[in-house]
Amino acid sequence: MRMPVFRGTKRWLTLVSCLLLSTILFAACGENSPSILNTAGPVAENESFLFWVVLYTSLFVFVGVEGALIYSIVRFRERPGMPNPRQLHGNTALEITWTVIPTAILLFVLVVTIRGLLQVAPEAEPTLAQGPKIEVTAIGHQWWWEFHYKEWNITTADSMHVPVGTTVHVNLFSNNVIHSFWVPALTGKTDLVPGHANAKWFVANKEGTYMGICAEYCGTQHANMRFDVVVDSQDAFKTWVSTQQQNAVTPAAGSLADQGMQEFKNACVSCHGIVGVDATAPANTAVDCVDSSPPNPNDTAKNCLIGPNLTHFGSRDLIAGGVLENNKAQCDPNDPQLLEHCNLAKWLNDPQGVKPGNDMAIGQLNHDQIKGLVAYLESLQ
Amino acid sequence: MATRTIGENVTVTTGIRRKNFSETYIGEWLTTTDHKQLGLMYIITGFFFFLVGGMEAMLIRTQLAVPNGKVLDPETYNQIFTMHGTTMIFLFVMPTLAGFGNYVVPLMLGARDMAFPRMNAFGYWVLLFGGVFLQASFIIGQAPDGGWFMYAPLSQMTAAGCGHGFQCTPHMNADFWILGTTLLGISSIAGSLNFVVTIFKLRAPGMSINRIPLFTWMIMVMSFLLLFALPSLTVASVMLLLDRHLGTHFYQYGNGGDPLLWQHLFWSFGHPEVYILILPAFGMISEILPVFSRKPIFGYTFVAWSGVAIGFLSFTVWAHHMFAVGLPSVAQAFFATSTTLIAIPTAVKIFNWLATIWGGKIRFAAPMLFALGFIAMFLIGGLNGVALAIVPFDYQVTDSYFVVAHIHYVLFGGTALGIFAGIYYWFPKFTGYQLDERLGQIHFWLTFIGLNLAFFPMHMLGIFGMPRRVYTYPDNLGWNELNLLASIGVIFIALSVLVFLVNFVKTMKEGVKVGDDPWDAFTLEWDTTSPPKKYNFLEIPIVRSRRPFYDKKNPAIADWKSVTH
Repeated sequence: MRMPVFRGTKRWLTLVSCLLLSTILFAACGENSPSILNTAGPVAENESFLFWVVLYTSLFVFVGVEGALIYSIVRFRERPGMPNPRQLHGNTALEITWTVIPTAILLFVLVVTIRGLLQVAPEAEPTLAQGPKIEVTAIGHQWWWEFHYKEWNITTADSMHVPVGTTVHVNLFSNNVIHSFWVPALTGKTDLVPGHANAKWFVANKEGTYMGICAEYCGTQHANMRFDVVVDSQDAFKTWVSTQQQNAVTPAAGSLADQGMQEFKNACVSCHGIVGVDATAPANTAVDCVDSSPPNPNDTAKNCLIGPNLTHFGSRDLIAGGVLENNKAQCDPNDPQLLEHCNLAKWLNDPQGVKPGNDMAIGQLNHDQIKGLVAYLESLQ
Repeated sequence: MATRTIGENVTVTTGIRRKNFSETYIGEWLTTTDHKQLGLMYIITGFFFFLVGGMEAMLIRTQLAVPNGKVLDPETYNQIFTMHGTTMIFLFVMPTLAGFGNYVVPLMLGARDMAFPRMNAFGYWVLLFGGVFLQASFIIGQAPDGGWFMYAPLSQMTAAGCGHGFQCTPHMNADFWILGTTLLGISSIAGSLNFVVTIFKLRAPGMSINRIPLFTWMIMVMSFLLLFALPSLTVASVMLLLDRHLGTHFYQYGNGGDPLLWQHLFWSFGHPEVYILILPAFGMISEILPVFSRKPIFGYTFVAWSGVAIGFLSFTVWAHHMFAVGLPSVAQAFFATSTTLIAIPTAVKIFNWLATIWGGKIRFAAPMLFALGFIAMFLIGGLNGVALAIVPFDYQVTDSYFVVAHIHYVLFGGTALGIFAGIYYWFPKFTGYQLDERLGQIHFWLTFIGLNLAFFPMHMLGIFGMPRRVYTYPDNLGWNELNLLASIGVIFIALSVLVFLVNFVKTMKEGVKVGDDPWDAFTLEWDTTSPPKKYNFLEIPIVRSRRPFYDKKNPAIADWKSVTH
């Protein structure tokens, strides 16, 4: 009972396998991706090693089983005059065989799994991660990342700087919904669960900038909650720390940036802090607000501002959870087409259009206000 | 005026007799307690929601076809992806499988109906209203938007302290989900109790437990899973409802509650649920492969007991959905072990299916194509499932598109292909007509190509760092081509469903009756008219082996003469 369409099976199979192959070839496109295979540290290496283990184990099983399936389909298809097959009900020896074989394969996978687990687990940090060490607190907000370096009293957002070859211990806090900290090149995910003091560690052994992604669905703008991990050389990191520790520069009186600073004081200070702009402005946003119980993001006594600290905004690469790049070079405040060229201007002009649903609620700014703010914020190196 | 004939050639006018409401066409559908009619109603309802969920899938893939898509705004997208998952799981797969169970199980057992026909009808109507209630949320623009997993605290209300800096679910979106799924849960509990009692009490003489067909076995395991897993969901949902409206703190971290409690409760339902969705499809495959290979199922006992083993183990693996939440390593190792363990009975099933077709005489009719496609695709879903049990690798790919690839290979490549195999196989039983074979084969190949185009690239997207549940993505991360490919795949799937609908209409209009037993099948549901009369069997059959109808048709070589079981 062969049907006309089925006669074309081989042609279809060729087509399907070509398409599948071409998708695998797209792997080459993964170059720009935050791929888990482009690793830059031992934790991610451990994790991607297991990918190759399971890939080859699976391929072995896949080829075996699909091979047997296709062989049976071809070999045992009904032909004219074929007698009825032997009515075979089972065979216990075979059953035992094909229970034991997958068990053996799975045991192998399990051993590798638990070995890998112990190498990347938080418990492994004190034993496996020798050498210098820093501690960073990552705080998940809706929808941006805040980073606090307790040792140096630095609070920043969107970009997390770490020195190369150093163990980074990350404390993970959220005082709102659940987020997940993921830097594919450096480490897999750990969730930021409100009320749970989660932590993880990683070491970066290659300088560069690696994308971080929120991986737990956290509401309207879950899609735009990225961050950068900037891996600096030891020296560059020291420089970064000392820069970040300084107060924001005060622009020359009467300059465009000075006008911007006045705008900032009018429109932005209720949600954003800039250290140095105002003696009463709080240094931190939420770091004091997340490890207290019960947490309260609106606790004014603790100066729990809901927006990111902007003290050294001009040194960051991303705006608002990575929804835009901070393309400083395009941000000449006197450019008449500032709104088309400069991402910060785009953002200030229409935050709800760029990232619908976010908490930034300012009235429509005019072109001069935007000009001033761009000049001021981008000057905060 | 109605007339009545009394005796030969004597007609009297009896006066006006109104037709009883339950005798009218509509009345019959509304009041029926017949398991076959209810079964069809379940399947038709399930298929309707399959179309709804499918349209939601098409919206998702349209939005994601290109980077920075503008088709849907983020709020709408989040409602659509939540409802896609909720609809496909609760309103397509579960009702459709329950429908097959309803229609086929009593016939397979040689029974005249389910044990509790009225409860059966109750279950169906609760399902229908629950489903309509859930979808009605779209009308007021407040469809659930917290994901089908509805994690707290995102699903909390303002009473939990949300506002600026903590955006949760202030409107009714989550309430629709809580109440809707609770209704559907009631329906499933009613159905499951009915299946269990029917299977234990209404078997024909000689139909011992070790002779019931494997589809019935799997419906039984599914029913037990539902009975033990659903209370967990219902309790969790009601607690969320109390948190939202009555000021309790079950999931509120600042007040002694814990968001992880929701995850533990939800997944201790959610993982058995995965097997609830796949086991009946295993059962269908175990019925179809033998008939189209002209052999009995290989290793009946092992196929049945591996299903039971999967059922038990499915209650021990829930935290593999939670590897990233920061559980102690020893707990993670435990759940990695139990998850690896559950792959063993699954592998046993696949080998037994291969052994069933091995050495057979394979007919490539549409049901068999779908069944073979099921094995080929479910294998992929099994292998990438084992990959997800590898905890450190899971840290990288959980909540990425890799998981989306996995669940779709299991639920579409597995369950949906199984359901279509079942539709093509039992359609002649339901209607007396056989679905057009040529269109059936086109349907299969379009589905097969479409699902691989749509879901295979998602593995790569996950590896390349694309998180799931995002309404859009930037254009410079190398995800564009793979996403476009996935969206093209969905067009193939949509076309295949269209072909199926054409096939259905064409068959119902132009089909020719194919007789009671078009496939030369083995089990009792074929040992009666197609479609069967209300009472199913003129006389209750007597069973002497696992293939009673085969025995009846081949008395000389009947199973009971050569095999003892």
